Amino acid sequence: MNLDTQQSPETAAPKQSLKAWLNSDVPASRFQANMVQLYSGWLKLVANPLAFLGFLILVGLLASAVFAPWLATADPVAQDLAARLTPPGTDGFILGSDELGRDIYSRIIYGSRITLLIVTLVAVTAPVFGLLVGTFAGYLGGWADEVLMRVTDVFLAFPKLVLALAFVAALGAGIENAILAISITAWPPYARIARAETLTIRNSDFISAVRLQGAGTLHIIVRHIWPLCLSSIIVRMTLDMAGIILTAAGLGFLGLGAQPPMPEWGAMISAGRKFILDQWWVATMPGLAIFIVSLGFNLLGDGLRDILDPKKSKS
Amino acid sequence: MNQPMLEVANLNVYFGEGGDIFQAVDSVSFKVKKGGSYGLVGESGSGKSTVLRAISGLIADWDGRICVEGEVLEPKREKAFYRKMQMVFQDPYASLHPRHTVDRILSEPLGLHGIGDVETRVLKALDDVGLGKAFRFRYPHQLSGGQRQRVAVARALMLEPQILLLDEPTSALDVSVQAEVLNLLSDLRTERNLTYLMVTHDLAVVAHMCEEIAVMSHGKVVEVMSVEQMRRSEPKEAYTRELLMASKGYDPEFFAGEAV
Repeated sequence: MNLDTQQSPETAAPKQSLKAWLNSDVPASRFQANMVQLYSGWLKLVANPLAFLGFLILVGLLASAVFAPWLATADPVAQDLAARLTPPGTDGFILGSDELGRDIYSRIIYGSRITLLIVTLVAVTAPVFGLLVGTFAGYLGGWADEVLMRVTDVFLAFPKLVLALAFVAALGAGIENAILAISITAWPPYARIARAETLTIRNSDFISAVRLQGAGTLHIIVRHIWPLCLSSIIVRMTLDMAGIILTAAGLGFLGLGAQPPMPEWGAMISAGRKFILDQWWVATMPGLAIFIVSLGFNLLGDGLRDILDPKKSKS
Repeated sequence: MNQPMLEVANLNVYFGEGGDIFQAVDSVSFKVKKGGSYGLVGESGSGKSTVLRAISGLIADWDGRICVEGEVLEPKREKAFYRKMQMVFQDPYASLHPRHTVDRILSEPLGLHGIGDVETRVLKALDDVGLGKAFRFRYPHQLSGGQRQRVAVARALMLEPQILLLDEPTSALDVSVQAEVLNLLSDLRTERNLTYLMVTHDLAVVAHMCEEIAVMSHGKVVEVMSVEQMRRSEPKEAYTRELLMASKGYDPEFFAGEAV
Protein backbone atom coordinates (compact mmCIF):
# COMPACT_ATOMS: atom_id res chain seq x y z
CA MET A 1 0.00 0.00 0.00
CA ASN A 2 2.77 2.35 0.96
CA LEU A 3 4.85 1.27 -1.95
CA ASP A 4 2.09 2.18 -4.36
CA THR A 5 1.75 5.68 -3.04
CA GLN A 6 5.46 6.27 -3.14
CA GLN A 7 5.86 4.99 -6.66
CA SER A 8 3.19 7.10 -8.29
CA PRO A 9 4.62 10.58 -8.94
CA GLU A 10 1.51 12.66 -8.26
CA THR A 11 1.03 11.45 -4.68
CA ALA A 12 1.48 13.67 -1.70
CA ALA A 13 4.72 14.37 0.12
CA PRO A 14 6.37 11.57 2.18
CA LYS A 15 4.95 13.17 5.32
CA GLN A 16 1.43 12.29 4.19
CA SER A 17 2.37 8.68 3.68
CA LEU A 18 4.10 8.59 7.05
CA LYS A 19 0.85 9.67 8.61
CA ALA A 20 -1.04 7.02 6.68
CA TRP A 21 1.57 4.50 7.76
CA LEU A 22 1.05 5.51 11.39
CA ASN A 23 -2.73 5.40 11.11
CA SER A 24 -2.86 2.06 9.35
CA ASP A 25 -5.57 -0.30 10.53
CA VAL A 26 -3.65 -3.24 9.15
CA PRO A 27 -0.04 -2.90 10.27
CA ALA A 28 2.27 -5.06 8.22
CA SER A 29 4.96 -5.65 10.82
CA ARG A 30 5.43 -5.62 14.56
CA PHE A 31 7.48 -2.47 14.31
CA GLN A 32 4.70 -0.68 12.51
CA ALA A 33 2.14 -2.00 15.00
CA ASN A 34 4.19 -0.61 17.86
CA MET A 35 4.58 2.71 16.11
CA VAL A 36 0.84 2.88 15.43
CA GLN A 37 0.26 2.19 19.11
CA LEU A 38 2.74 4.86 20.13
CA TYR A 39 1.25 7.35 17.71
CA SER A 40 -2.28 6.77 18.94
CA GLY A 41 -1.01 7.24 22.51
CA TRP A 42 0.58 10.49 21.45
CA LEU A 43 -2.67 11.62 19.82
CA LYS A 44 -4.52 10.83 23.03
CA LEU A 45 -1.99 12.80 25.04
CA VAL A 46 -2.36 15.79 22.74
CA ALA A 47 -6.13 15.49 22.83
CA ASN A 48 -6.12 15.69 26.63
CA PRO A 49 -5.12 19.32 27.33
CA LEU A 50 -4.42 18.87 31.04
CA ALA A 51 -2.26 15.80 30.56
CA PHE A 52 -0.46 17.54 27.75
CA LEU A 53 0.16 20.52 30.03
CA GLY A 54 1.67 18.14 32.58
CA PHE A 55 3.79 16.62 29.84
CA LEU A 56 5.00 20.09 28.78
CA ILE A 57 5.90 20.98 32.36
CA LEU A 58 8.03 17.86 32.64
CA VAL A 59 9.65 18.55 29.27
CA GLY A 60 10.40 22.01 30.66
CA LEU A 61 11.96 20.47 33.77
CA LEU A 62 14.09 18.21 31.61
CA ALA A 63 15.11 21.09 29.36
CA SER A 64 16.09 23.33 32.26
CA ALA A 65 18.17 20.52 33.74
CA VAL A 66 19.94 19.83 30.45
CA PHE A 67 20.45 23.44 29.41
CA ALA A 68 21.04 24.88 32.88
CA PRO A 69 24.38 26.56 32.04
CA TRP A 70 22.76 28.43 29.13
CA LEU A 71 19.49 29.27 30.83
CA ALA A 72 20.96 30.51 34.11
CA THR A 73 21.92 34.16 34.25
CA ALA A 74 24.42 33.78 37.09
CA ASP A 75 26.49 31.24 38.95
CA PRO A 76 24.07 29.53 41.35
CA VAL A 77 26.56 29.53 44.22
CA ALA A 78 28.24 32.93 43.63
CA GLN A 79 27.58 35.18 46.62
CA ASP A 80 27.13 38.92 46.45
CA LEU A 81 26.51 40.22 49.95
CA ALA A 82 25.94 43.75 48.70
CA ALA A 83 22.91 42.53 46.74
CA ARG A 84 21.38 40.28 49.39
CA LEU A 85 17.60 39.87 49.54
CA THR A 86 16.95 41.94 46.43
CA PRO A 87 13.27 41.80 45.44
CA PRO A 88 12.26 40.12 42.15
CA GLY A 89 12.58 42.23 39.02
CA THR A 90 15.58 44.21 40.19
CA ASP A 91 18.14 44.30 37.40
CA GLY A 92 20.11 41.09 37.17
CA PHE A 93 17.82 39.24 39.57
CA ILE A 94 14.67 38.09 37.73
CA LEU A 95 13.30 36.26 40.78
CA GLY A 96 15.25 38.20 43.38
CA SER A 97 18.20 37.09 45.47
CA ASP A 98 18.54 35.20 48.72
CA GLU A 99 20.20 36.01 52.02
CA LEU A 100 23.67 35.55 50.53
CA GLY A 101 22.92 37.55 47.39
CA ARG A 102 22.69 34.45 45.16
CA ASP A 103 20.41 34.67 42.14
CA ILE A 104 17.27 32.65 42.94
CA TYR A 105 16.37 32.14 39.27
CA SER A 106 19.72 30.54 38.50
CA ARG A 107 19.52 28.45 41.63
CA ILE A 108 16.10 27.14 40.65
CA ILE A 109 17.34 26.31 37.16
CA TYR A 110 20.33 24.40 38.53
CA GLY A 111 18.14 22.90 41.24
CA SER A 112 16.04 21.21 38.55
CA ARG A 113 19.01 18.91 38.00
CA ILE A 114 18.86 17.75 41.60
CA THR A 115 15.10 17.40 41.49
CA LEU A 116 15.32 15.37 38.31
CA LEU A 117 18.02 13.18 39.83
CA ILE A 118 15.93 12.49 42.91
CA VAL A 119 12.79 11.80 40.91
CA THR A 120 14.51 9.54 38.38
CA LEU A 121 16.44 7.49 40.90
CA VAL A 122 13.44 7.00 43.14
CA ALA A 123 11.26 6.19 40.14
CA VAL A 124 13.59 3.46 38.89
CA THR A 125 14.07 1.84 42.29
CA ALA A 126 11.05 2.01 44.58
CA PRO A 127 8.23 1.07 42.16
CA VAL A 128 10.31 -1.66 40.52
CA PHE A 129 11.16 -3.22 43.85
CA GLY A 130 7.57 -2.88 45.06
CA LEU A 131 6.28 -4.44 41.85
CA LEU A 132 8.70 -7.34 42.24
CA VAL A 133 7.76 -8.02 45.85
CA GLY A 134 4.03 -7.54 45.32
CA THR A 135 3.62 -9.67 42.22
CA PHE A 136 5.70 -12.53 43.57
CA ALA A 137 3.84 -12.46 46.87
CA GLY A 138 0.49 -12.34 45.12
CA TYR A 139 1.22 -14.99 42.52
CA LEU A 140 3.10 -17.51 44.65
CA GLY A 141 0.80 -17.20 47.67
CA GLY A 142 1.30 -19.33 50.77
CA TRP A 143 4.55 -18.90 52.65
CA ALA A 144 6.19 -16.55 50.17
CA ASP A 145 3.20 -14.26 50.42
CA GLU A 146 3.23 -14.30 54.22
CA VAL A 147 6.91 -13.51 54.52
CA LEU A 148 7.03 -10.83 51.83
CA MET A 149 3.91 -9.04 53.00
CA ARG A 150 4.91 -9.08 56.69
CA VAL A 151 8.20 -7.46 55.73
CA THR A 152 6.19 -4.90 53.78
CA ASP A 153 4.01 -4.31 56.82
CA VAL A 154 7.07 -3.66 58.97
CA PHE A 155 8.21 -0.98 56.54
CA LEU A 156 4.72 0.50 56.31
CA ALA A 157 4.41 0.70 60.09
CA PHE A 158 7.08 3.39 60.35
CA PRO A 159 6.34 7.00 59.47
CA LYS A 160 8.11 7.65 56.18
CA LEU A 161 10.24 10.58 57.24
CA VAL A 162 11.33 8.93 60.49
CA LEU A 163 12.41 5.79 58.67
CA ALA A 164 14.22 7.85 56.04
CA LEU A 165 15.92 9.80 58.84
CA ALA A 166 17.11 6.61 60.45
CA PHE A 167 18.53 5.36 57.16
CA VAL A 168 20.26 8.64 56.36
CA ALA A 169 21.67 8.79 59.88
CA ALA A 170 23.04 5.29 59.41
CA LEU A 171 24.32 5.83 55.87
CA GLY A 172 25.61 9.36 56.33
CA ALA A 173 24.22 12.70 55.17
CA GLY A 174 24.12 13.63 51.49
CA ILE A 175 21.77 13.70 48.54
CA GLU A 176 22.60 10.17 47.31
CA ASN A 177 21.86 8.62 50.66
CA ALA A 178 18.73 10.72 50.96
CA ILE A 179 17.52 9.29 47.65
CA LEU A 180 18.33 5.77 48.78
CA ALA A 181 16.50 6.34 52.05
CA ILE A 182 13.46 7.70 50.22
CA SER A 183 13.39 4.67 47.91
CA ILE A 184 13.61 2.32 50.85
CA THR A 185 10.63 3.98 52.48
CA ALA A 186 8.61 4.45 49.28
CA TRP A 187 8.32 0.88 47.96
CA PRO A 188 5.78 -0.73 50.35
CA PRO A 189 2.68 0.98 48.89
CA TYR A 190 3.71 -0.23 45.42
CA ALA A 191 4.06 -3.76 46.75
CA ARG A 192 0.56 -3.56 48.22
CA ILE A 193 -0.97 -2.29 44.98
CA ALA A 194 0.87 -4.87 42.90
CA ARG A 195 -0.19 -7.69 45.20
CA ALA A 196 -3.83 -6.62 45.15
CA GLU A 197 -3.78 -6.44 41.36
CA THR A 198 -2.05 -9.80 41.10
CA LEU A 199 -4.63 -11.49 43.30
CA THR A 200 -7.40 -10.39 40.96
CA ILE A 201 -5.48 -11.60 37.89
CA ARG A 202 -3.81 -14.82 39.03
CA ASN A 203 -6.84 -17.08 38.70
CA SER A 204 -8.15 -15.67 35.46
CA ASP A 205 -8.45 -17.83 32.39
CA PHE A 206 -5.75 -16.09 30.41
CA ILE A 207 -3.21 -16.98 33.09
CA SER A 208 -4.46 -20.59 33.07
CA ALA A 209 -4.14 -20.53 29.29
CA VAL A 210 -0.52 -19.48 29.36
CA ARG A 211 0.20 -22.06 32.07
CA LEU A 212 -1.20 -24.64 29.69
CA GLN A 213 1.30 -23.52 27.09
CA GLY A 214 4.03 -24.56 29.47
CA ALA A 215 5.08 -21.13 30.74
CA GLY A 216 7.02 -20.98 34.00
CA THR A 217 6.23 -18.82 37.00
CA LEU A 218 8.78 -16.15 36.13
CA HIS A 219 7.52 -15.86 32.57
CA ILE A 220 3.93 -15.51 33.75
CA ILE A 221 4.76 -12.86 36.32
CA VAL A 222 6.99 -10.78 34.06
CA ARG A 223 5.14 -11.05 30.77
CA HIS A 224 1.54 -11.39 31.87
CA ILE A 225 1.08 -9.95 35.33
CA TRP A 226 3.43 -6.98 35.20
CA PRO A 227 1.79 -5.33 32.19
CA LEU A 228 -1.53 -5.34 34.01
CA CYS A 229 -0.07 -3.90 37.22
CA LEU A 230 1.99 -1.32 35.44
CA SER A 231 -0.64 1.30 34.76
CA SER A 232 -1.77 1.58 38.38
CA ILE A 233 1.87 1.62 39.49
CA ILE A 234 2.73 4.41 37.04
CA VAL A 235 -0.28 6.45 38.05
CA ARG A 236 0.54 5.99 41.72
CA MET A 237 4.15 6.90 40.99
CA THR A 238 3.36 10.18 39.29
CA LEU A 239 1.04 11.06 42.15
CA ASP A 240 3.80 10.16 44.64
CA MET A 241 6.43 12.30 42.97
CA ALA A 242 5.29 15.49 44.69
CA GLY A 243 5.61 13.75 48.04
CA ILE A 244 9.04 12.43 47.13
CA ILE A 245 10.30 15.90 46.24
CA LEU A 246 8.92 17.17 49.55
CA THR A 247 10.50 14.34 51.53
CA ALA A 248 13.83 15.15 49.91
CA ALA A 249 13.24 18.76 50.86
CA GLY A 250 12.37 17.71 54.41
CA LEU A 251 15.62 15.78 54.72
CA GLY A 252 17.46 18.77 53.32
CA PHE A 253 15.74 20.95 55.87
CA LEU A 254 16.95 18.71 58.69
CA GLY A 255 20.47 18.91 57.29
CA LEU A 256 20.48 15.27 56.18
CA GLY A 257 19.73 15.71 52.48
CA ALA A 258 21.30 18.15 50.07
CA GLN A 259 24.17 20.02 51.67
CA PRO A 260 24.75 23.76 51.22
CA PRO A 261 25.49 25.39 48.88
CA MET A 262 23.66 22.87 46.68
CA PRO A 263 20.66 24.66 45.13
CA GLU A 264 18.14 22.02 46.18
CA TRP A 265 14.61 23.44 46.13
CA GLY A 266 13.57 22.09 49.54
CA ALA A 267 16.73 23.36 51.18
CA MET A 268 16.11 26.76 49.55
CA ILE A 269 12.63 26.91 51.05
CA SER A 270 13.89 26.07 54.51
CA ALA A 271 16.56 28.76 54.20
CA GLY A 272 13.95 31.31 53.08
CA ARG A 273 11.62 30.43 55.95
CA LYS A 274 13.43 32.97 58.15
CA PHE A 275 12.48 35.84 55.85
CA ILE A 276 9.03 34.68 54.80
CA LEU A 277 7.19 37.77 56.09
CA ASP A 278 9.49 40.50 54.80
CA GLN A 279 11.28 38.85 51.86
CA TRP A 280 8.57 36.46 50.69
CA TRP A 281 10.25 35.60 47.39
CA VAL A 282 13.15 33.71 48.95
CA ALA A 283 10.90 30.82 50.02
CA THR A 284 8.10 31.36 47.51
CA MET A 285 10.07 31.00 44.28
CA PRO A 286 11.47 27.49 44.94
CA GLY A 287 8.08 26.63 46.44
CA LEU A 288 6.45 27.61 43.16
CA ALA A 289 8.95 25.47 41.30
CA ILE A 290 8.07 22.44 43.47
CA PHE A 291 4.39 23.22 43.06
CA ILE A 292 4.60 23.43 39.27
CA VAL A 293 6.63 20.25 38.89
CA SER A 294 4.34 18.35 41.28
CA LEU A 295 1.34 19.62 39.36
CA GLY A 296 2.96 18.51 36.13
CA PHE A 297 3.47 15.01 37.48
CA ASN A 298 -0.09 14.83 38.78
CA LEU A 299 -1.65 16.03 35.54
CA LEU A 300 0.43 13.65 33.47
CA GLY A 301 -0.33 10.79 35.85
CA ASP A 302 -4.02 11.38 35.47
CA GLY A 303 -3.75 11.41 31.68
CA LEU A 304 -1.47 8.38 31.56
CA ARG A 305 -4.09 6.26 33.23
CA ASP A 306 -6.32 6.78 30.22
CA ILE A 307 -3.54 6.44 27.67
CA LEU A 308 -2.07 3.25 29.11
CA ASP A 309 -5.37 1.47 28.92
CA PRO A 310 -5.77 0.13 25.38
CA LYS A 311 -9.45 -0.51 26.04
CA LYS A 312 -10.05 3.21 25.86
CA SER A 313 -8.51 3.62 22.42
CA LYS A 314 -10.66 5.13 19.73
CA SER A 315 -11.57 2.00 17.77
CA MET B 1 -4.38 -48.70 17.01
CA ASN B 2 -6.82 -49.89 19.64
CA GLN B 3 -5.10 -47.92 22.29
CA PRO B 4 -7.28 -45.00 23.37
CA MET B 5 -5.89 -41.51 22.87
CA LEU B 6 -7.06 -40.43 26.27
CA GLU B 7 -8.02 -42.65 29.12
CA VAL B 8 -9.35 -41.58 32.49
CA ALA B 9 -9.88 -44.17 35.18
CA ASN B 10 -11.26 -43.72 38.69
CA LEU B 11 -10.52 -40.03 38.71
CA ASN B 12 -11.22 -38.28 42.00
CA VAL B 13 -10.70 -34.55 42.41
CA TYR B 14 -10.74 -32.79 45.75
CA PHE B 15 -11.06 -29.18 46.75
CA GLY B 16 -10.05 -27.79 50.11
CA GLU B 17 -7.93 -29.51 52.70
CA GLY B 18 -8.08 -30.95 56.21
CA GLY B 19 -11.57 -31.37 57.60
CA ASP B 20 -13.06 -29.03 55.03
CA ILE B 21 -12.49 -31.28 52.05
CA PHE B 22 -14.92 -31.52 49.17
CA GLN B 23 -14.87 -34.19 46.53
CA ALA B 24 -15.89 -32.56 43.26
CA VAL B 25 -15.33 -35.58 41.03
CA ASP B 26 -16.03 -39.12 42.18
CA SER B 27 -14.33 -42.04 40.37
CA VAL B 28 -14.98 -40.92 36.84
CA SER B 29 -13.76 -43.22 34.06
CA PHE B 30 -13.96 -42.92 30.30
CA LYS B 31 -11.93 -43.50 27.15
CA VAL B 32 -11.61 -41.37 24.06
CA LYS B 33 -10.33 -43.04 20.92
CA LYS B 34 -7.92 -41.38 18.57
CA GLY B 35 -9.67 -38.89 16.36
CA GLY B 36 -12.80 -39.26 18.41
CA SER B 37 -14.97 -36.65 19.98
CA TYR B 38 -16.27 -37.23 23.45
CA GLY B 39 -18.80 -35.12 25.28
CA LEU B 40 -19.18 -34.63 29.01
CA VAL B 41 -22.65 -33.36 29.75
CA GLY B 42 -24.25 -32.24 32.96
CA GLU B 43 -25.74 -29.36 34.80
CA SER B 44 -23.70 -26.60 36.43
CA GLY B 45 -21.65 -27.89 39.33
CA SER B 46 -21.69 -31.49 38.19
CA GLY B 47 -17.88 -31.54 38.04
CA LYS B 48 -17.47 -31.74 34.29
CA SER B 49 -15.18 -28.72 33.96
CA THR B 50 -13.20 -29.97 36.94
CA VAL B 51 -12.49 -33.21 35.09
CA LEU B 52 -11.12 -31.15 32.22
CA ARG B 53 -8.96 -29.04 34.48
CA ALA B 54 -7.52 -32.11 36.17
CA ILE B 55 -6.67 -33.65 32.80
CA SER B 56 -5.07 -30.45 31.57
CA GLY B 57 -2.96 -30.15 34.71
CA LEU B 58 -4.52 -26.94 36.05
CA ILE B 59 -5.72 -28.79 39.14
CA ALA B 60 -3.09 -30.90 40.87
CA ASP B 61 -5.16 -32.30 43.71
CA TRP B 62 -6.52 -35.50 42.19
CA ASP B 63 -5.94 -39.23 42.24
CA GLY B 64 -6.73 -41.98 39.83
CA ARG B 65 -5.27 -42.59 36.41
CA ILE B 66 -5.03 -40.29 33.43
CA CYS B 67 -3.31 -41.71 30.37
CA VAL B 68 -2.50 -40.07 27.08
CA GLU B 69 -1.57 -42.61 24.39
CA GLY B 70 -0.90 -45.15 27.11
CA GLU B 71 1.41 -42.81 29.00
CA VAL B 72 0.40 -42.21 32.60
CA LEU B 73 0.26 -38.53 33.57
CA GLU B 74 1.42 -37.12 36.89
CA PRO B 75 -0.31 -34.12 38.48
CA LYS B 76 2.76 -32.06 37.60
CA ARG B 77 3.37 -31.88 33.86
CA GLU B 78 6.44 -31.72 31.69
CA LYS B 79 6.70 -28.89 29.22
CA ALA B 80 6.52 -31.33 26.31
CA PHE B 81 3.10 -32.47 27.49
CA TYR B 82 1.56 -29.18 26.46
CA ARG B 83 2.49 -29.84 22.85
CA LYS B 84 0.23 -32.83 22.97
CA MET B 85 -2.80 -31.35 24.66
CA GLN B 86 -4.31 -27.89 24.66
CA MET B 87 -7.48 -26.37 25.98
CA VAL B 88 -10.05 -23.85 24.78
CA PHE B 89 -11.73 -21.99 27.59
CA GLN B 90 -15.35 -21.18 28.11
CA ASP B 91 -15.28 -17.41 28.17
CA PRO B 92 -13.33 -15.79 25.34
CA TYR B 93 -13.67 -12.48 27.15
CA ALA B 94 -11.55 -13.84 30.01
CA SER B 95 -9.16 -16.19 28.26
CA LEU B 96 -7.20 -13.62 26.22
CA HIS B 97 -4.74 -11.26 27.89
CA PRO B 98 -6.29 -7.79 27.62
CA ARG B 99 -2.97 -6.05 26.98
CA HIS B 100 -1.57 -8.43 24.40
CA THR B 101 -2.17 -8.17 20.68
CA VAL B 102 -3.43 -11.18 18.77
CA ASP B 103 0.06 -11.46 17.32
CA ARG B 104 1.63 -11.70 20.76
CA ILE B 105 -1.02 -14.13 22.00
CA LEU B 106 -0.39 -16.47 19.08
CA SER B 107 3.38 -16.22 18.98
CA GLU B 108 3.84 -16.77 22.70
CA PRO B 109 3.42 -20.57 22.68
CA LEU B 110 5.93 -20.74 19.82
CA GLY B 111 8.42 -18.71 21.80
CA LEU B 112 7.93 -20.84 24.90
CA HIS B 113 8.67 -24.01 23.00
CA GLY B 114 11.43 -22.60 20.86
CA ILE B 115 9.59 -23.04 17.59
CA GLY B 116 10.85 -20.79 14.83
CA ASP B 117 9.18 -19.45 11.73
CA VAL B 118 6.86 -17.39 13.90
CA GLU B 119 5.52 -14.98 11.32
CA THR B 120 4.34 -17.59 8.79
CA ARG B 121 2.88 -19.76 11.52
CA VAL B 122 0.92 -16.89 13.05
CA LEU B 123 -0.45 -15.83 9.68
CA LYS B 124 -1.37 -19.38 8.81
CA ALA B 125 -3.06 -19.91 12.16
CA LEU B 126 -5.14 -16.77 11.66
CA ASP B 127 -6.07 -18.00 8.23
CA ASP B 128 -6.99 -21.46 9.51
CA VAL B 129 -9.53 -20.10 11.96
CA GLY B 130 -11.07 -17.80 9.39
CA LEU B 131 -9.50 -14.54 10.56
CA GLY B 132 -7.39 -12.65 8.07
CA LYS B 133 -4.04 -11.03 8.68
CA ALA B 134 -5.92 -7.79 9.36
CA PHE B 135 -6.57 -9.12 12.83
CA ARG B 136 -2.95 -9.74 13.64
CA PHE B 137 -2.22 -6.59 15.61
CA ARG B 138 -5.62 -6.08 17.17
CA TYR B 139 -6.23 -6.16 20.87
CA PRO B 140 -8.86 -8.54 22.24
CA HIS B 141 -11.18 -5.66 23.13
CA GLN B 142 -11.30 -4.76 19.45
CA LEU B 143 -12.75 -8.17 18.59
CA SER B 144 -16.22 -9.63 18.93
CA GLY B 145 -16.91 -12.67 21.08
CA GLY B 146 -16.81 -15.04 18.13
CA GLN B 147 -13.57 -13.56 16.82
CA ARG B 148 -12.03 -13.84 20.27
CA GLN B 149 -12.98 -17.48 20.49
CA ARG B 150 -11.43 -18.03 17.08
CA VAL B 151 -8.23 -16.48 18.38
CA ALA B 152 -8.42 -18.77 21.42
CA VAL B 153 -8.84 -21.79 19.13
CA ALA B 154 -5.90 -20.60 17.01
CA ARG B 155 -3.77 -20.24 20.12
CA ALA B 156 -4.67 -23.75 21.26
CA LEU B 157 -3.61 -25.08 17.86
CA MET B 158 -0.29 -23.20 17.67
CA LEU B 159 1.58 -26.09 19.26
CA GLU B 160 -0.15 -28.58 16.96
CA PRO B 161 -1.61 -30.68 19.76
CA GLN B 162 -3.41 -33.95 19.13
CA ILE B 163 -5.96 -33.52 21.87
CA LEU B 164 -8.10 -30.47 22.36
CA LEU B 165 -10.03 -29.99 25.58
CA LEU B 166 -13.05 -27.79 24.98
CA ASP B 167 -14.61 -26.25 28.05
CA GLU B 168 -18.05 -25.12 26.89
CA PRO B 169 -16.46 -23.28 23.98
CA THR B 170 -19.68 -21.71 22.78
CA SER B 171 -21.74 -21.07 25.89
CA ALA B 172 -20.55 -17.47 26.19
CA LEU B 173 -21.38 -16.68 22.57
CA ASP B 174 -24.67 -15.70 21.05
CA VAL B 175 -26.59 -18.27 19.06
CA SER B 176 -25.66 -17.14 15.56
CA VAL B 177 -21.95 -17.22 16.37
CA GLN B 178 -22.17 -20.54 18.22
CA ALA B 179 -22.82 -22.43 15.00
CA GLU B 180 -19.87 -20.76 13.24
CA VAL B 181 -17.44 -21.68 15.99
CA LEU B 182 -18.79 -25.23 16.23
CA ASN B 183 -18.44 -25.70 12.49
CA LEU B 184 -14.91 -24.36 12.65
CA LEU B 185 -14.11 -26.84 15.40
CA SER B 186 -15.54 -29.81 13.50
CA ASP B 187 -13.72 -28.78 10.31
CA LEU B 188 -10.44 -28.51 12.17
CA ARG B 189 -11.00 -31.92 13.71
CA THR B 190 -11.46 -33.62 10.35
CA GLU B 191 -8.57 -31.73 8.75
CA ARG B 192 -6.07 -32.47 11.49
CA ASN B 193 -7.44 -35.69 12.93
CA LEU B 194 -7.74 -34.10 16.34
CA THR B 195 -9.22 -35.76 19.40
CA TYR B 196 -11.79 -33.69 21.22
CA LEU B 197 -12.98 -33.89 24.78
CA MET B 198 -15.82 -31.45 25.12
CA VAL B 199 -17.65 -30.26 28.17
CA THR B 200 -21.02 -28.67 27.77
CA HIS B 201 -24.48 -28.40 29.23
CA ASP B 202 -25.99 -27.88 25.82
CA LEU B 203 -27.24 -31.18 24.41
CA ALA B 204 -27.73 -29.74 20.94
CA VAL B 205 -24.03 -28.89 20.83
CA VAL B 206 -23.12 -32.40 21.91
CA ALA B 207 -25.39 -33.91 19.30
CA HIS B 208 -23.67 -31.81 16.67
CA MET B 209 -20.10 -32.37 17.79
CA CYS B 210 -19.66 -35.64 19.61
CA GLU B 211 -19.88 -39.34 18.94
CA GLU B 212 -20.13 -40.50 22.48
CA ILE B 213 -21.26 -38.78 25.61
CA ALA B 214 -21.06 -39.26 29.34
CA VAL B 215 -23.71 -37.70 31.51
CA MET B 216 -22.41 -36.37 34.81
CA SER B 217 -24.27 -35.46 37.95
CA HIS B 218 -22.84 -34.55 41.36
CA GLY B 219 -19.34 -35.58 40.36
CA LYS B 220 -20.29 -39.01 39.06
CA VAL B 221 -20.82 -40.35 35.59
CA VAL B 222 -24.47 -41.38 35.56
CA GLU B 223 -24.69 -42.77 32.08
CA VAL B 224 -22.57 -43.30 29.00
CA MET B 225 -24.30 -43.45 25.64
CA SER B 226 -23.74 -42.91 21.98
CA VAL B 227 -25.05 -39.86 20.25
CA GLU B 228 -27.54 -42.01 18.28
CA GLN B 229 -29.03 -43.21 21.51
CA MET B 230 -29.34 -39.68 22.70
CA ARG B 231 -30.93 -38.49 19.47
CA ARG B 232 -33.49 -41.26 19.77
CA SER B 233 -34.01 -40.16 23.38
CA GLU B 234 -33.39 -43.59 24.80
CA PRO B 235 -31.76 -42.87 28.10
CA LYS B 236 -31.60 -45.60 30.68
CA GLU B 237 -31.26 -43.37 33.70
CA ALA B 238 -33.89 -41.08 35.16
CA TYR B 239 -31.43 -38.22 35.47
CA THR B 240 -30.56 -38.35 31.79
CA ARG B 241 -34.23 -38.34 30.91
CA GLU B 242 -34.74 -35.21 32.99
CA LEU B 243 -31.77 -33.58 31.31
CA LEU B 244 -33.14 -34.43 27.88
CA MET B 245 -36.52 -33.07 28.85
CA ALA B 246 -35.00 -29.89 30.15
CA SER B 247 -33.05 -29.39 26.94
CA LYS B 248 -36.29 -29.26 25.00
CA GLY B 249 -37.24 -26.14 26.87
CA TYR B 250 -40.20 -25.51 29.09
CA ASP B 251 -42.84 -28.17 28.66
CA PRO B 252 -46.17 -27.26 30.26
CA GLU B 253 -47.51 -30.81 29.98
CA PHE B 254 -44.53 -32.26 31.78
CA PHE B 255 -44.95 -29.86 34.64
CA ALA B 256 -48.73 -30.27 34.67
CA GLY B 257 -48.24 -34.00 35.10
CA GLU B 258 -45.77 -33.31 37.87
CA ALA B 259 -48.27 -31.20 39.81
CA VAL B 260 -50.97 -33.86 39.92
